[in-house]
Amino acid sequence: MIIEGLDEAVLAGQPRAMARAITLAEIGGEDAAQLIEKLRPAARRGHLIGLTGAPGSGKSSLICKLAMEFRARGRSVGVIAVDPSSPFSGGAVLGDRVRMTELASDPGVFVRSMASRGRTGGLAAAVEDAAVVLRAAGKDIVLLETVGVGQGEVDVASAVQTVVVVLTPGMGDEIQSLKAGLLEVADIYVVNKSDLIGADSVARSLQAAAMQPEGAWTRPVLQTSAISSEGVPALANAIDGHREYLRSHRVPSEQEIRLTYKSILSIAGRQLIAQLESQVEPKQLKRLAAEVAAGTLEPRDAAKEAVSLFLEVQFRLATIK
Amino acid sequence: MVEDKKIRVLVAKPGLDGHDRGAKVVVRALRDAGMEVIYTGIRQTPQTIADAALQEDVDVIGLSSLSGAHMSLFSRVMEELNRRGLGDVVVIAGGIIPDEDHEELKSIGVRAVFGPGSSTQDVAKYIKTAVGSQG
Repeated sequence: MIIEGLDEAVLAGQPRAMARAITLAEIGGEDAAQLIEKLRPAARRGHLIGLTGAPGSGKSSLICKLAMEFRARGRSVGVIAVDPSSPFSGGAVLGDRVRMTELASDPGVFVRSMASRGRTGGLAAAVEDAAVVLRAAGKDIVLLETVGVGQGEVDVASAVQTVVVVLTPGMGDEIQSLKAGLLEVADIYVVNKSDLIGADSVARSLQAAAMQPEGAWTRPVLQTSAISSEGVPALANAIDGHREYLRSHRVPSEQEIRLTYKSILSIAGRQLIAQLESQVEPKQLKRLAAEVAAGTLEPRDAAKEAVSLFLEVQFRLATIK
Repeated sequence: MVEDKKIRVLVAKPGLDGHDRGAKVVVRALRDAGMEVIYTGIRQTPQTIADAALQEDVDVIGLSSLSGAHMSLFSRVMEELNRRGLGDVVVIAGGIIPDEDHEELKSIGVRAVFGPGSSTQDVAKYIKTAVGSQG
């Protein structure tokens, strides 16, 4: 059951309701799914931008300056900053606000920190739902910060409209490791800390990765300094430019169709999981969890059994009808 | 997948004192106790602390002060929280706070004060009990 009136309060842009709705989205389940579906039509407005890059590449500071730039242009801004949870304690230190103190006194900016909570596939879902809340609440620009290290981030990338990959001088081999996944999903490359030696050479090496087929979006390679704000207006322009490109190109590219395909599957997967959890007896799921925890059952086999239990329930429901 | 509701804690330093070693030790201890800890950094105003608590939907706020200005700063924080309808958030305090101020802090809604020598485990235990009892 949705908390009474929460959807209307989010649509009205009430900060408390927005915060509560994101908490609900983070927990997941049937209530969250219902709420998000109600908000989704209103979330078509607004522009969701993902910024990703290695730890320490200056994403938080850059997002702060970028948010200020968009605010100066009269847009309202939401920020979602994701930090990793400890795999040992399950706790997390969410410290991105320390780099964003300049945004703190602006009522037009809503900042939310999220912990990855060890969900490998589910992170993208929770983050996407949080972004739906902010956009439905009327944020023109939503900036999503993730640490770009793994497949989870590529999934997150498929959920946003514009992907900005943030690199820094002196990364050398890290660029190599990024090449396989993140560099391909980028719409805009940023070499941050442009005041450091080597920024030009990183930018040059990115020009090669930026090459796209004829007629496709030309991926800009930009240099920024989050200390001096140099290059930040150009980054804001590039982000707006990419949105214009998405709007004017009604015929989607092969890649866009592939990404949409993936996000449909991810939404369908979430819906299936929510149904499975509500229809299979909790006792059964707990038994599977206990066996896996005790090491007598492989997680893969437990999942298979959970799915068969779910299908049995479905079959029974179908035959009763 | 339904995740367990994690305890979310905001650790903040209002006012002008820049000593955040203690606050950071608490941040780490609460992380190790399985909580999600949002750290705002130093020199926050009562308004920005209350706004952060609102946006982050926290269960608990830990205020740290070593400057001696805790009475006026913390009461301003409590006012800003109440103004935003966050009266139910558990507020605890730490730092250099003389014993004679504890009662008065409690009278304005600060639920517990952890001074020098407090164990971080006690802080974590207190939070778990206080949040748990609210349901």
